[in-house]
Amino acid sequence: MKAYLTRRYMFSASHRLHSEAMSDAENAATYGKCNNPYGHGHNYALEIMVSGTVDDSTGMVCNLTDLDGFVQREILVRFDHQNLNTLPQFAEMVPTTENLCIAVYDILQRGFQAAHLEKVRFEETMMNSFEYWGENRVIA
Amino acid sequence: MVYLTRKAEFSASHYYHNPQFTAEENQRIFGKCNNPNGHGHNYTLEVTVKGEVDPRSGFVVDLKQLKETMSREVLDALDHRLLNKEVPEFFTRIPTTENLAIAIWQRLSPKLKAAQLHRVRVYETPDLFVDFYGEA
Repeated sequence: MKAYLTRRYMFSASHRLHSEAMSDAENAATYGKCNNPYGHGHNYALEIMVSGTVDDSTGMVCNLTDLDGFVQREILVRFDHQNLNTLPQFAEMVPTTENLCIAVYDILQRGFQAAHLEKVRFEETMMNSFEYWGENRVIA
Repeated sequence: MVYLTRKAEFSASHYYHNPQFTAEENQRIFGKCNNPNGHGHNYTLEVTVKGEVDPRSGFVVDLKQLKETMSREVLDALDHRLLNKEVPEFFTRIPTTENLAIAIWQRLSPKLKAAQLHRVRVYETPDLFVDFYGEA
């Protein structure tokens, strides 16, 4: 039987939305307050959905210890209490929550082998959230 | 096609133990969840059904009937129980959130008449939930 497991994590980070491809005036017009040169922060909620066949001997899609360990090591340690603009992932990419979804998806897709990655979802605030299912997925 | 979701809550205890594993394996794989005296959760269940809207009633499903079916088939059996000892599915299967979602699907699916079961979602905590769509 195939089941989908979702785990939720919290971290806090700062960012500034500013594109080198735009003039200062364009940046200000595009990003508004988010373009403030000193940055600002969010409490991000990260949801990771994985899927797989439920193993008869453990009753699990994957052991949460493995997922939690991977996320702690490869994601939370890198992003929590950091300025996202200073991280290598965002050296050439504006740290919008869209790009954050894709960056976290890529880390999981490359390194997490214990279950199939379905989706990465971020709540930037209580009012907005973003999902990334990989490039080829069309959701109903 | 319209999708309708009904929520319910129940509280239950469980522990994870596979008699085919050694004591050390059980401890390594299941960690704290292997404590033989069990531990509990406040579970939240979301049942999503789908169907065409009946032109006379405007309903996909009569919510009262869905609520009664959920109470009778699921909550009466699971709420305030030790899943391992009191719910037959878990005499042989480990009562993980994955298996709980599957068991709830198997209890509800044959009993729903008007609408078709689409998804069973079980939250073990606000930070962990499992979805089951009846896939083999």
